Amino acid sequence: MASPAGEGLAARGAGLIGARIGDGFSGIGRVALLVVEMLRATARQLPSLRLVVQQMQAIGVDSLWLVIVVSIFTGAVAAVQAAYQFSNVVPLRYIGSVILRSVVIELGPVLTALVVGGRVGASIAAELGTMKVTEQIDALRAMGIDPVRFLVVPRVVAAIIMLPIITIYADAIAVFGGYVVAVVSIGVSSHTFITAIKDFFYIRDVLSGLIKAVFFGGIIGTMGCYSGFQTEGGAEGVGRATTSAVVSSCVMVLVLDYLLANFLFQIIFAKK
Amino acid sequence: MIEIRGLKKRLGRRQVLDGLDLDVSKGETLVVLGPSGTGKSVLLKHIIGLMSPDEGSIKVDGEEIVGMNERELDRVRLKFGMLFQGSALFDSMTVGENVGLSLAEHTKLPRAEIRRRVADRLEWVGLNDAEPMHPASLSGGMKKRVGLARAMAMDPAIILYDEPTTGLDPITGDVINTLIRAMQHRLGVTSVVVTHDLMSAYKVGDRLAMIYQGRVVFTGTPDEVRHTDHAMVRQFIEGSSVGPIQPV
Repeated sequence: MASPAGEGLAARGAGLIGARIGDGFSGIGRVALLVVEMLRATARQLPSLRLVVQQMQAIGVDSLWLVIVVSIFTGAVAAVQAAYQFSNVVPLRYIGSVILRSVVIELGPVLTALVVGGRVGASIAAELGTMKVTEQIDALRAMGIDPVRFLVVPRVVAAIIMLPIITIYADAIAVFGGYVVAVVSIGVSSHTFITAIKDFFYIRDVLSGLIKAVFFGGIIGTMGCYSGFQTEGGAEGVGRATTSAVVSSCVMVLVLDYLLANFLFQIIFAKK
Repeated sequence: MIEIRGLKKRLGRRQVLDGLDLDVSKGETLVVLGPSGTGKSVLLKHIIGLMSPDEGSIKVDGEEIVGMNERELDRVRLKFGMLFQGSALFDSMTVGENVGLSLAEHTKLPRAEIRRRVADRLEWVGLNDAEPMHPASLSGGMKKRVGLARAMAMDPAIILYDEPTTGLDPITGDVINTLIRAMQHRLGVTSVVVTHDLMSAYKVGDRLAMIYQGRVVFTGTPDEVRHTDHAMVRQFIEGSSVGPIQPV
Protein backbone atom coordinates (compact mmCIF):
# COMPACT_ATOMS: atom_id res chain seq x y z
CA MET A 1 0.00 0.00 0.00
CA ALA A 2 1.36 3.41 -0.95
CA SER A 3 2.15 5.83 1.87
CA PRO A 4 0.38 9.24 1.97
CA ALA A 5 3.76 10.91 1.27
CA GLY A 6 4.28 8.70 -1.79
CA GLU A 7 0.76 9.46 -3.04
CA GLY A 8 1.38 13.20 -2.57
CA LEU A 9 4.61 12.96 -4.55
CA ALA A 10 2.88 11.03 -7.34
CA ALA A 11 0.05 13.59 -7.46
CA ARG A 12 2.58 16.44 -7.62
CA GLY A 13 4.48 14.65 -10.38
CA ALA A 14 1.28 14.05 -12.34
CA GLY A 15 0.34 17.70 -11.84
CA LEU A 16 3.72 18.84 -13.16
CA ILE A 17 3.49 16.56 -16.20
CA GLY A 18 -0.06 17.82 -16.83
CA ALA A 19 1.11 21.43 -16.59
CA ARG A 20 3.99 20.73 -19.02
CA ILE A 21 1.60 19.12 -21.53
CA GLY A 22 -0.79 22.07 -21.12
CA ASP A 23 2.09 24.52 -21.69
CA GLY A 24 3.11 22.58 -24.79
CA PHE A 25 -0.38 22.74 -26.29
CA SER A 26 -0.81 26.44 -25.49
CA GLY A 27 2.63 27.07 -27.04
CA ILE A 28 1.54 25.29 -30.24
CA GLY A 29 -1.62 27.41 -30.21
CA ARG A 30 0.38 30.64 -29.86
CA VAL A 31 2.74 29.66 -32.69
CA ALA A 32 -0.31 28.90 -34.86
CA LEU A 33 -1.77 32.33 -34.03
CA LEU A 34 1.54 33.97 -35.02
CA VAL A 35 1.45 32.11 -38.35
CA VAL A 36 -2.13 33.30 -38.95
CA GLU A 37 -1.06 36.87 -38.07
CA MET A 38 1.85 36.60 -40.54
CA LEU A 39 -0.46 35.44 -43.32
CA ARG A 40 -2.93 38.25 -42.57
CA ALA A 41 -0.19 40.86 -42.43
CA THR A 42 1.27 39.64 -45.74
CA ALA A 43 -2.17 39.63 -47.36
CA ARG A 44 -2.75 43.23 -46.24
CA GLN A 45 0.64 44.47 -47.43
CA LEU A 46 3.64 42.67 -48.90
CA PRO A 47 6.81 43.02 -46.82
CA SER A 48 9.31 45.68 -47.82
CA LEU A 49 11.83 44.26 -50.31
CA ARG A 50 14.63 46.17 -48.57
CA LEU A 51 13.87 44.51 -45.22
CA VAL A 52 13.64 41.04 -46.82
CA VAL A 53 16.98 41.51 -48.62
CA GLN A 54 18.61 42.72 -45.36
CA GLN A 55 17.41 39.56 -43.63
CA MET A 56 18.49 37.34 -46.55
CA GLN A 57 21.98 38.72 -46.02
CA ALA A 58 21.86 38.09 -42.25
CA ILE A 59 20.25 34.65 -42.47
CA GLY A 60 21.80 33.27 -45.64
CA VAL A 61 24.99 34.96 -46.71
CA ASP A 62 26.34 35.35 -43.18
CA SER A 63 25.72 31.64 -42.47
CA LEU A 64 27.54 30.46 -45.59
CA TRP A 65 31.02 29.95 -44.09
CA LEU A 66 29.65 27.89 -41.23
CA VAL A 67 27.61 25.79 -43.66
CA ILE A 68 30.65 25.28 -45.92
CA VAL A 69 32.77 23.94 -43.05
CA VAL A 70 29.99 21.67 -41.77
CA SER A 71 29.22 20.40 -45.28
CA ILE A 72 32.81 19.52 -46.20
CA PHE A 73 33.14 17.35 -43.11
CA THR A 74 29.64 15.91 -43.53
CA GLY A 75 30.61 14.66 -47.00
CA ALA A 76 33.97 13.44 -45.74
CA VAL A 77 32.39 11.47 -42.88
CA ALA A 78 29.76 10.07 -45.27
CA ALA A 79 32.56 8.74 -47.48
CA VAL A 80 34.46 7.14 -44.58
CA GLN A 81 31.28 5.58 -43.16
CA ALA A 82 30.13 4.32 -46.56
CA ALA A 83 33.52 2.70 -47.21
CA TYR A 84 33.35 1.01 -43.80
CA GLN A 85 29.75 -0.22 -44.33
CA PHE A 86 30.52 -1.42 -47.86
CA SER A 87 33.60 -3.44 -46.93
CA ASN A 88 33.20 -6.96 -48.36
CA VAL A 89 29.47 -6.37 -48.99
CA VAL A 90 29.00 -3.72 -51.70
CA PRO A 91 31.52 -2.76 -54.41
CA LEU A 92 33.20 0.59 -53.74
CA ARG A 93 32.24 1.85 -57.20
CA TYR A 94 28.81 2.71 -55.74
CA ILE A 95 30.25 5.00 -53.06
CA GLY A 96 29.63 8.17 -55.13
CA SER A 97 25.93 7.39 -55.52
CA VAL A 98 25.47 6.63 -51.82
CA ILE A 99 27.15 9.88 -50.80
CA LEU A 100 25.15 11.86 -53.36
CA ARG A 101 21.77 10.46 -52.41
CA SER A 102 22.31 10.54 -48.63
CA VAL A 103 23.52 14.13 -48.90
CA VAL A 104 20.82 15.60 -51.17
CA ILE A 105 17.89 13.73 -49.59
CA GLU A 106 18.82 13.89 -45.93
CA LEU A 107 22.17 15.15 -44.68
CA GLY A 108 22.33 18.38 -46.69
CA PRO A 109 18.91 19.82 -45.82
CA VAL A 110 18.76 18.53 -42.23
CA LEU A 111 22.29 19.44 -41.13
CA THR A 112 22.03 22.83 -42.85
CA ALA A 113 18.73 23.45 -41.05
CA LEU A 114 20.21 22.44 -37.69
CA VAL A 115 23.31 24.61 -38.17
CA VAL A 116 21.42 27.62 -39.54
CA GLY A 117 18.66 27.04 -36.97
CA GLY A 118 21.21 27.29 -34.16
CA ARG A 119 22.87 30.40 -35.53
CA VAL A 120 19.93 32.27 -37.01
CA GLY A 121 17.21 31.11 -34.60
CA ALA A 122 19.30 32.30 -31.65
CA SER A 123 20.16 35.57 -33.33
CA ILE A 124 16.54 36.38 -34.28
CA ALA A 125 15.27 35.47 -30.79
CA ALA A 126 17.98 37.55 -29.10
CA GLU A 127 17.35 40.56 -31.34
CA LEU A 128 13.55 40.53 -31.03
CA GLY A 129 13.76 39.60 -27.33
CA THR A 130 15.98 42.61 -26.67
CA MET A 131 13.59 44.79 -28.67
CA LYS A 132 10.72 43.48 -26.55
CA VAL A 133 12.35 44.14 -23.17
CA THR A 134 13.60 47.60 -24.21
CA GLU A 135 10.08 48.60 -25.38
CA GLN A 136 11.15 48.89 -29.04
CA ILE A 137 8.28 46.61 -30.08
CA ASP A 138 5.86 48.76 -28.04
CA ALA A 139 7.37 51.79 -29.79
CA LEU A 140 6.57 50.25 -33.19
CA ARG A 141 2.97 49.57 -32.13
CA ALA A 142 2.71 53.10 -30.70
CA MET A 143 3.75 54.39 -34.15
CA GLY A 144 0.91 52.40 -35.74
CA ILE A 145 3.35 49.91 -37.30
CA ASP A 146 2.40 46.24 -37.07
CA PRO A 147 5.44 44.44 -35.54
CA VAL A 148 4.45 41.18 -37.22
CA ARG A 149 4.51 42.79 -40.67
CA PHE A 150 7.64 44.85 -39.93
CA LEU A 151 9.76 42.33 -38.00
CA VAL A 152 8.40 38.80 -38.39
CA VAL A 153 7.33 38.55 -42.04
CA PRO A 154 10.67 39.73 -43.55
CA ARG A 155 12.63 37.29 -41.36
CA VAL A 156 10.41 34.31 -42.12
CA VAL A 157 10.25 35.09 -45.86
CA ALA A 158 14.04 35.52 -45.97
CA ALA A 159 14.56 32.20 -44.13
CA ILE A 160 12.16 30.42 -46.53
CA ILE A 161 14.04 31.82 -49.54
CA MET A 162 17.57 31.32 -48.20
CA LEU A 163 17.40 27.83 -46.70
CA PRO A 164 16.96 26.05 -50.07
CA ILE A 165 19.70 28.22 -51.59
CA ILE A 166 22.15 27.42 -48.78
CA THR A 167 21.11 23.78 -49.00
CA ILE A 168 22.13 23.69 -52.69
CA TYR A 169 25.57 25.01 -51.69
CA ALA A 170 25.73 22.55 -48.79
CA ASP A 171 24.82 19.60 -51.05
CA ALA A 172 27.46 20.50 -53.64
CA ILE A 173 30.19 21.08 -51.02
CA ALA A 174 29.36 17.90 -49.08
CA VAL A 175 29.51 15.80 -52.25
CA PHE A 176 32.84 17.46 -53.05
CA GLY A 177 34.09 16.62 -49.51
CA GLY A 178 33.01 13.01 -50.03
CA TYR A 179 34.72 12.95 -53.44
CA VAL A 180 38.03 14.18 -52.00
CA VAL A 181 38.03 11.57 -49.22
CA ALA A 182 36.89 8.77 -51.57
CA VAL A 183 39.62 9.55 -54.11
CA VAL A 184 42.48 10.55 -51.81
CA SER A 185 41.95 8.30 -48.82
CA ILE A 186 39.78 5.34 -49.89
CA GLY A 187 41.33 4.83 -53.30
CA VAL A 188 38.25 5.11 -55.51
CA SER A 189 39.12 6.59 -58.92
CA SER A 190 37.75 9.99 -59.84
CA HIS A 191 36.09 8.51 -62.94
CA THR A 192 34.32 5.78 -60.92
CA PHE A 193 33.03 8.28 -58.36
CA ILE A 194 31.67 10.66 -61.01
CA THR A 195 30.14 7.85 -63.08
CA ALA A 196 28.27 6.57 -60.00
CA ILE A 197 26.97 10.07 -59.36
CA LYS A 198 25.77 10.43 -62.96
CA ASP A 199 24.12 7.00 -62.98
CA PHE A 200 22.21 7.52 -59.76
CA PHE A 201 21.33 11.21 -60.00
CA TYR A 202 17.57 11.69 -59.74
CA ILE A 203 16.07 15.17 -59.82
CA ARG A 204 13.34 14.04 -57.37
CA ASP A 205 16.04 13.46 -54.72
CA VAL A 206 17.26 17.04 -55.07
CA LEU A 207 13.70 18.37 -55.13
CA SER A 208 12.72 16.46 -52.01
CA GLY A 209 15.69 17.97 -50.16
CA LEU A 210 14.84 21.48 -51.34
CA ILE A 211 11.15 21.11 -50.43
CA LYS A 212 12.26 20.08 -46.93
CA ALA A 213 14.57 23.11 -46.80
CA VAL A 214 11.67 25.46 -47.58
CA PHE A 215 9.71 24.11 -44.60
CA PHE A 216 12.79 24.13 -42.37
CA GLY A 217 13.36 27.79 -43.25
CA GLY A 218 9.78 28.58 -42.24
CA ILE A 219 10.25 26.78 -38.91
CA ILE A 220 13.57 28.46 -38.10
CA GLY A 221 12.25 31.95 -38.87
CA THR A 222 8.93 31.43 -37.10
CA MET A 223 10.37 29.85 -33.94
CA GLY A 224 13.07 32.53 -33.65
CA CYS A 225 10.47 35.30 -33.93
CA TYR A 226 7.99 33.53 -31.65
CA SER A 227 10.58 33.04 -28.90
CA GLY A 228 11.72 36.66 -29.26
CA PHE A 229 8.14 37.96 -28.96
CA GLN A 230 7.52 35.79 -25.86
CA THR A 231 10.49 37.28 -24.00
CA GLU A 232 9.74 38.54 -20.50
CA GLY A 233 12.11 40.16 -18.01
CA GLY A 234 15.58 41.47 -18.77
CA ALA A 235 18.80 39.82 -19.92
CA GLU A 236 17.82 36.52 -18.30
CA GLY A 237 14.59 36.49 -20.31
CA VAL A 238 16.52 37.12 -23.53
CA GLY A 239 18.81 34.18 -22.68
CA ARG A 240 15.80 31.92 -22.09
CA ALA A 241 14.20 33.02 -25.36
CA THR A 242 17.42 32.30 -27.28
CA THR A 243 17.72 28.79 -25.83
CA SER A 244 14.05 28.12 -26.46
CA ALA A 245 14.34 29.24 -30.10
CA VAL A 246 17.26 26.90 -30.79
CA VAL A 247 15.82 23.89 -28.97
CA SER A 248 12.32 24.24 -30.42
CA SER A 249 13.48 24.82 -34.00
CA CYS A 250 15.92 21.86 -33.88
CA VAL A 251 13.27 19.51 -32.45
CA MET A 252 10.67 20.70 -34.95
CA VAL A 253 13.12 20.32 -37.87
CA LEU A 254 13.68 16.66 -36.95
CA VAL A 255 9.97 15.94 -36.39
CA LEU A 256 9.02 17.65 -39.65
CA ASP A 257 11.83 15.83 -41.45
CA TYR A 258 10.18 12.52 -40.55
CA LEU A 259 6.70 13.71 -41.57
CA LEU A 260 7.96 15.18 -44.86
CA ALA A 261 9.99 12.06 -45.63
CA ASN A 262 6.80 10.02 -45.35
CA PHE A 263 4.77 12.49 -47.37
CA LEU A 264 7.34 12.99 -50.13
CA PHE A 265 8.54 9.42 -50.66
CA GLN A 266 5.31 7.58 -50.03
CA ILE A 267 2.93 9.98 -51.81
CA ILE A 268 4.54 12.65 -54.00
CA PHE A 269 7.64 10.82 -55.30
CA ALA A 270 6.37 7.26 -54.71
CA LYS A 271 7.66 4.84 -57.36
CA LYS A 272 4.70 3.54 -59.36
CA MET B 1 -9.62 65.28 -25.88
CA ILE B 2 -8.94 62.24 -23.68
CA GLU B 3 -11.65 60.98 -21.33
CA ILE B 4 -10.96 58.06 -19.00
CA ARG B 5 -13.64 56.52 -16.82
CA GLY B 6 -13.51 53.69 -14.29
CA LEU B 7 -10.28 52.20 -15.64
CA LYS B 8 -9.28 48.95 -13.95
CA LYS B 9 -6.29 46.75 -14.63
CA ARG B 10 -4.91 43.84 -12.65
CA LEU B 11 -1.39 42.58 -13.38
CA GLY B 12 -0.78 39.27 -11.63
CA ARG B 13 -2.01 39.69 -8.07
CA ARG B 14 -1.71 43.46 -8.07
CA GLN B 15 -4.62 45.79 -8.86
CA VAL B 16 -2.57 48.43 -10.70
CA LEU B 17 -5.46 50.64 -11.85
CA ASP B 18 -8.55 50.60 -9.68
CA GLY B 19 -11.35 52.66 -11.17
CA LEU B 20 -9.26 55.58 -12.42
CA ASP B 21 -11.04 58.64 -13.85
CA LEU B 22 -9.13 61.35 -15.73
CA ASP B 23 -9.79 64.03 -18.36
CA VAL B 24 -7.23 65.78 -20.54
CA SER B 25 -8.41 68.88 -22.41
CA LYS B 26 -7.28 69.84 -25.89
CA GLY B 27 -3.98 71.74 -25.87
CA GLU B 28 -3.25 71.26 -22.17
CA THR B 29 -0.28 69.52 -20.60
CA LEU B 30 -1.34 67.19 -17.85
CA VAL B 31 1.37 65.79 -15.61
CA VAL B 32 0.59 62.50 -13.90
CA LEU B 33 2.53 62.27 -10.65
CA GLY B 34 2.86 59.51 -8.14
CA PRO B 35 5.22 57.16 -6.36
CA SER B 36 6.90 54.35 -8.28
CA GLY B 37 4.70 51.35 -8.99
CA THR B 38 1.37 53.21 -8.84
CA GLY B 39 0.44 52.54 -12.46
CA LYS B 40 1.54 55.75 -14.19
CA SER B 41 3.26 54.04 -17.13
CA VAL B 42 0.47 51.44 -17.29
CA LEU B 43 -1.99 54.33 -17.63
CA LEU B 44 -0.03 55.78 -20.59
CA LYS B 45 0.06 52.38 -22.29
CA HIS B 46 -3.73 52.16 -21.93
CA ILE B 47 -4.22 55.62 -23.46
CA ILE B 48 -2.33 54.61 -26.62
CA GLY B 49 -3.85 51.12 -26.72
CA LEU B 50 -0.68 49.16 -25.95
CA MET B 51 -2.55 47.57 -23.03
CA SER B 52 -6.25 46.84 -22.73
CA PRO B 53 -8.08 47.37 -19.44
CA ASP B 54 -10.09 44.79 -17.50
CA GLU B 55 -12.88 47.36 -17.15
CA GLY B 56 -13.51 50.98 -18.01
CA SER B 57 -13.61 53.37 -20.91
CA ILE B 58 -11.03 55.50 -22.75
CA LYS B 59 -12.22 58.01 -25.32
CA VAL B 60 -9.81 59.82 -27.62
CA ASP B 61 -11.44 62.69 -29.53
CA GLY B 62 -14.80 61.20 -28.51
CA GLU B 63 -13.92 57.78 -29.98
CA GLU B 64 -14.01 54.78 -27.63
CA ILE B 65 -10.74 52.87 -28.03
CA VAL B 66 -11.41 50.07 -25.52
CA GLY B 67 -12.40 47.00 -27.51
CA MET B 68 -10.91 48.23 -30.79
CA ASN B 69 -8.88 45.70 -32.78
CA GLU B 70 -5.21 46.38 -33.62
CA ARG B 71 -6.02 47.76 -37.10
CA GLU B 72 -8.46 50.32 -35.69
CA LEU B 73 -6.00 51.16 -32.92
CA ASP B 74 -3.24 51.73 -35.49
CA ARG B 75 -5.43 54.42 -37.07
CA VAL B 76 -6.02 56.12 -33.68
CA ARG B 77 -2.32 55.81 -32.78
CA LEU B 78 -1.42 58.09 -35.68
CA LYS B 79 -2.83 60.93 -33.56
CA PHE B 80 -0.18 60.18 -30.93
CA GLY B 81 3.53 60.53 -30.48
CA MET B 82 5.16 58.81 -27.54
CA LEU B 83 8.47 59.30 -25.78
CA PHE B 84 9.37 56.10 -23.93
CA GLN B 85 11.17 55.95 -20.59
CA GLY B 86 14.26 54.30 -22.08
CA SER B 87 13.75 56.17 -25.37
CA ALA B 88 13.13 52.80 -27.16
CA LEU B 89 15.13 53.85 -30.21
CA PHE B 90 15.58 51.10 -32.81
CA ASP B 91 19.17 49.90 -32.37
CA SER B 92 19.53 48.63 -35.91
CA MET B 93 18.64 52.00 -37.47
CA THR B 94 20.39 55.34 -37.62
CA VAL B 95 18.98 58.37 -35.83
CA GLY B 96 17.61 59.65 -39.15
CA GLU B 97 15.90 56.33 -39.91
CA ASN B 98 14.40 56.28 -36.41
CA VAL B 99 12.91 59.74 -36.82
CA GLY B 100 11.75 59.13 -40.40
CA LEU B 101 10.27 55.65 -39.89
CA SER B 102 6.66 56.76 -39.32
CA LEU B 103 6.81 59.06 -42.35
CA ALA B 104 8.21 56.27 -44.53
CA GLU B 105 5.58 53.79 -43.31
CA HIS B 106 2.48 55.96 -43.21
CA THR B 107 2.93 58.56 -45.93
CA LYS B 108 3.76 58.55 -49.62
CA LEU B 109 6.19 61.46 -49.23
CA PRO B 110 9.25 61.34 -51.50
CA ARG B 111 12.54 60.44 -49.82
CA ALA B 112 13.87 63.98 -50.17
CA GLU B 113 10.86 65.38 -48.31
CA ILE B 114 11.21 62.76 -45.56
CA ARG B 115 14.90 63.68 -45.23
CA ARG B 116 13.96 67.36 -45.03
CA ARG B 117 11.40 66.70 -42.28
CA VAL B 118 13.81 64.49 -40.34
CA ALA B 119 16.46 67.22 -40.49
CA ASP B 120 13.81 69.72 -39.38
CA ARG B 121 12.76 67.69 -36.32
CA LEU B 122 16.37 67.01 -35.37
CA GLU B 123 17.05 70.73 -35.58
CA TRP B 124 14.10 71.38 -33.23
CA VAL B 125 15.74 69.19 -30.59
CA GLY B 126 19.23 70.60 -31.25
CA LEU B 127 20.75 67.52 -32.87
CA ASN B 128 21.43 68.78 -36.40
CA ASP B 129 24.42 66.53 -37.03
CA ALA B 130 23.14 63.33 -35.42
CA GLU B 131 21.26 61.92 -38.43
CA PRO B 132 23.84 59.28 -39.50
CA MET B 133 24.66 58.19 -35.94
CA HIS B 134 23.45 54.98 -34.33
CA PRO B 135 21.61 55.04 -30.96
CA ALA B 136 24.42 53.07 -29.29
CA SER B 137 26.76 56.05 -29.73
CA LEU B 138 24.38 58.58 -28.10
CA SER B 139 24.25 59.75 -24.48
CA GLY B 140 21.06 59.30 -22.43
CA GLY B 141 20.02 62.92 -22.97
CA MET B 142 20.64 62.70 -26.72
CA LYS B 143 18.57 59.51 -26.92
CA LYS B 144 15.68 61.30 -25.20
CA ARG B 145 15.95 64.17 -27.68
CA VAL B 146 15.95 61.76 -30.63
CA GLY B 147 12.96 60.02 -29.06
CA LEU B 148 11.25 63.39 -28.85
CA ALA B 149 12.07 64.18 -32.49
CA ARG B 150 10.66 60.76 -33.47
CA ALA B 151 7.50 61.37 -31.41
CA MET B 152 6.94 64.64 -33.29
CA ALA B 153 7.71 63.34 -36.77
CA MET B 154 4.07 62.93 -37.82
CA ASP B 155 2.92 66.23 -36.23
CA PRO B 156 0.75 64.38 -33.69
CA ALA B 157 -2.16 65.99 -31.86
CA ILE B 158 -1.21 64.29 -28.59
CA ILE B 159 2.22 63.47 -27.18
CA LEU B 160 2.70 61.04 -24.32
CA TYR B 161 5.88 61.29 -22.26
CA ASP B 162 6.89 58.39 -20.01
CA GLU B 163 9.36 59.65 -17.39
CA PRO B 164 11.09 62.06 -19.80
CA THR B 165 13.77 63.16 -17.32
CA THR B 166 14.40 59.93 -15.40
CA GLY B 167 18.03 58.89 -15.40
CA LEU B 168 19.28 62.29 -16.60
CA ASP B 169 21.40 64.78 -14.69
CA PRO B 170 19.46 67.92 -13.57
CA ILE B 171 20.88 70.11 -16.34
CA THR B 172 20.12 67.64 -19.15
CA GLY B 173 16.72 67.06 -17.50
CA ASP B 174 16.06 70.78 -17.71
CA VAL B 175 17.05 70.75 -21.40
CA ILE B 176 14.37 68.09 -21.99
CA ASN B 177 11.79 70.05 -19.96
CA THR B 178 12.56 73.20 -21.96
CA LEU B 179 12.17 71.23 -25.19
CA ILE B 180 8.82 69.79 -24.07
CA ARG B 181 7.61 73.30 -23.23
CA ALA B 182 8.91 74.65 -26.56
CA MET B 183 7.12 71.89 -28.50
CA GLN B 184 3.88 72.69 -26.71
CA HIS B 185 4.14 76.31 -27.82
CA ARG B 186 5.35 75.46 -31.32
CA LEU B 187 2.82 72.72 -32.11
CA GLY B 188 0.00 73.41 -29.63
CA VAL B 189 -0.21 69.70 -28.85
CA THR B 190 -2.06 68.04 -26.01
CA SER B 191 0.44 66.32 -23.72
CA VAL B 192 0.33 63.76 -20.94
CA VAL B 193 3.57 63.57 -18.97
CA VAL B 194 4.16 60.78 -16.50
CA THR B 195 6.89 61.54 -13.99
CA HIS B 196 7.89 61.51 -10.35
CA ASP B 197 10.26 64.43 -10.94
CA LEU B 198 8.56 67.41 -9.25
CA MET B 199 10.84 70.03 -10.86
CA SER B 200 9.88 68.68 -14.26
CA ALA B 201 6.18 68.53 -13.33
CA TYR B 202 6.12 72.17 -12.17
CA LYS B 203 7.97 73.32 -15.27
CA VAL B 204 5.99 71.57 -18.01
CA GLY B 205 2.55 71.01 -16.47
CA ASP B 206 -0.58 73.14 -16.87
CA ARG B 207 -2.31 70.73 -14.51
CA LEU B 208 -1.01 67.98 -12.24
CA ALA B 209 -2.83 64.78 -11.27
CA MET B 210 -1.55 62.55 -8.52
CA ILE B 211 -2.17 58.80 -8.68
CA TYR B 212 -2.04 56.49 -5.71
CA GLN B 213 -3.21 52.86 -5.53
CA GLY B 214 -4.66 53.00 -9.03
CA ARG B 215 -6.82 56.11 -8.60
CA VAL B 216 -6.42 59.84 -9.06
CA VAL B 217 -6.30 61.29 -5.55
CA PHE B 218 -5.69 64.95 -6.42
CA THR B 219 -5.68 67.28 -9.42
CA GLY B 220 -4.71 70.91 -9.56
CA THR B 221 -2.45 73.52 -11.11
CA PRO B 222 1.24 73.58 -10.11
CA ASP B 223 0.44 76.42 -7.67
CA GLU B 224 -2.44 74.46 -6.13
CA VAL B 225 -0.16 71.47 -5.69
CA ARG B 226 2.52 73.59 -4.00
CA HIS B 227 0.04 75.03 -1.50
CA THR B 228 -2.36 72.14 -0.91
CA ASP B 229 -3.00 70.58 2.52
CA HIS B 230 -3.81 67.21 0.92
CA ALA B 231 -1.84 64.78 3.07
CA MET B 232 -0.72 62.48 0.26
CA VAL B 233 0.39 65.33 -1.99
CA ARG B 234 2.25 67.00 0.87
CA GLN B 235 4.02 63.75 1.74
CA PHE B 236 4.97 63.27 -1.92
CA ILE B 237 6.31 66.78 -2.51
CA GLU B 238 8.15 66.78 0.82
CA GLY B 239 9.63 63.37 -0.01
CA SER B 240 8.73 61.91 3.37
CA SER B 241 8.50 58.18 4.07
CA VAL B 242 6.04 58.90 6.92
CA GLY B 243 2.42 59.51 5.98
CA PRO B 244 -0.55 57.98 4.24
CA ILE B 245 1.53 56.80 1.25
CA GLN B 246 3.07 53.46 2.12
CA PRO B 247 6.53 52.98 0.53
CA VAL B 248 6.56 49.94 -1.81
